[in-house]
Amino acid sequence: MAATTTPVRPHEGRLAGRAFAYWMANYRRVWRGTIISGFLGPLFFLVAMGFGLGALVDDGGLGGTGYVEFIAPGLLAAQAMQTAVGESTFPVMGALKWHRQYHAMLATPLGIADLVLGHVAFVTMRVAITSVAFAVVAVALGAIASWWVLAAVFAAVLTGLAFTTPVFAFAARQDNDSGFNVLFRFIVMPMFLFSGTFFPVSQLPALLEAIARVTPLWHGVELCRGLVLETATVAGSLGHAGYLLLWAAGGLWLAFASFRKRLVT
Amino acid sequence: MVGAHRLTKRFGEFTAVDAIDVEVRRGEAFGFLGPNGAGKSSTMRMIGCVSPPTEGSLRILGLDPATDGPAIRARLGVVPQRDTLDEELTVRENILVYGRYFGLSRAQVNAKADELLEFAQLGERAGSVVEPLSGGMKRRLTIARSLVNDPELLLLDEPTTGLDPQARHVLWDRLFRLKRSGVTLVLTTHYMDEAEQLCDRLVVMDGGRIVAEGSPRELIALHSTREVLELRFAADDHAPYAAKLTGLADRVEVLPDRLLLYTDDGDATAAAVHGRGLAPLSVLARRSTLEDVFLHLTGRTLVD
Ligand SMILES: Nc1ncnc2c1ncn2[C@@H]1O[C@H](COP(=O)(O)OP(=O)(O)OP(=O)(O)O)[C@@H](O)[C@H]1O
Ligand SMILES: [Mg+2]
Repeated sequence: MAATTTPVRPHEGRLAGRAFAYWMANYRRVWRGTIISGFLGPLFFLVAMGFGLGALVDDGGLGGTGYVEFIAPGLLAAQAMQTAVGESTFPVMGALKWHRQYHAMLATPLGIADLVLGHVAFVTMRVAITSVAFAVVAVALGAIASWWVLAAVFAAVLTGLAFTTPVFAFAARQDNDSGFNVLFRFIVMPMFLFSGTFFPVSQLPALLEAIARVTPLWHGVELCRGLVLETATVAGSLGHAGYLLLWAAGGLWLAFASFRKRLVT
Repeated sequence: MVGAHRLTKRFGEFTAVDAIDVEVRRGEAFGFLGPNGAGKSSTMRMIGCVSPPTEGSLRILGLDPATDGPAIRARLGVVPQRDTLDEELTVRENILVYGRYFGLSRAQVNAKADELLEFAQLGERAGSVVEPLSGGMKRRLTIARSLVNDPELLLLDEPTTGLDPQARHVLWDRLFRLKRSGVTLVLTTHYMDEAEQLCDRLVVMDGGRIVAEGSPRELIALHSTREVLELRFAADDHAPYAAKLTGLADRVEVLPDRLLLYTDDGDATAAAVHGRGLAPLSVLARRSTLEDVFLHLTGRTLVD
């Protein structure tokens, strides 16, 4: 059938709001816990890494910026990545295999595009909540001092989106959760450590630096840092944002294809 | 309501549904009867517009599933073989959430939930989480939920499999009421008593094909006799006894543990069996059922 050759048909996706409403209803049962951890996580990280470790770090290499001011925007972007990946792995597999919410939705007027867009919108909202919480903590601790933090929150949300859609595509192709361990250990963790969150990538050997510069996280970190340290250029920021959007769009296309392959049989 | 012509579903090389023709009329209860793997669920998923046919034509409610899937599904109720309830939500929340998928407003779906919980006799459990509920309650909830959009056509894939007799009768009663209120029912089952109870017309499927079609009564009249005499002998192999019974019945079916004699008068045939000097351990004369039809058509029993 023609339906299986293209990942999504033009009119699909209009009903995504209904799928989003389900995830919100589901979230209402657990939101308190996630809000508390949303504040505590950044607090611990900033205090330990920024103030504890930062006190020992020679800030000469950072061009006069204090270490905590340096890593705060990096952590903002990295946390967006982690929330996005976390919310796009097990919950997606659960909705496919364990709780089968996607199957329930597909028996109604909703289609593949509605499922994907509704759930991606929900994950994006989760990323937004954790990013706002992080920004509030960072500003309260004095780790971020610029009003540009508001733009940086948007940049963090965009960073999350650049991970959400490709991970959706990946998760829909997994039969069990062992693939997620690989994803966390060999992709997310190295990116977290080596994509400019904790130190400039120029410190890395040339090859690793080149790799770090193509990761979406590096672009997210640079974008957030440029904004809150007010060192960004318009062209540079647009470049980073465009690159992240490309990942988000490409991932979305793959997610449609993966979901269709998995659910329309 | 449903019109399928040479409808076919293949998974790779394997043909699950093999060029079947089906016509379901408004207001009737139509059944697919068949053993495991017959292709019932594959057919239901195509009718439910979640699985595209490989070949053949299919019209649901006068529309084409390939282009009007969402519009059709908006008017269908679906009870899948495996429940897709959200076990962490409450009974009532499951209905509310599902109603929202159909675009019902909060007020509409709230009013509807009360009505459906009452209908499914789940009013007292409205606030319970679904997970610990009994199988029968979950099945009733799935049916209640599938009615949230007032469907014209309700698809039920093995609605009562795995339920105890009492729970099955409760469900049958609910389905009768739905039918009386004008909802067209399409259901699958491998219980012939269920098919006889619920279906105005049915098809018997086996290996992806339709092997017989008609009302339960017609099928029995066409493919079986009025009565069946079941004989059990004290032996592991019943085949030798069949040879001694030639001429006593229209047809003799040899099962591992008993013989079935197809006849119009069971008691008379039983007397004739004794007349030949045979002494079975047990003798049972009963009415023909769809099970006998199925056995005749496929040489196998329906439920193993
Ligand atoms: N997605 C699929 N991929 C491959 N094979 C499938 C798929 N779905 C069903 N089949 C096969 O198609 C055949 C028919 O399956 P189907 O589920 O339609 O049978 P059924 O009549 O509903 O059986 P049951 O009474 O066990 O529910 C089976 O052999 C099954 O293994
Ligand atoms: Mg089935």
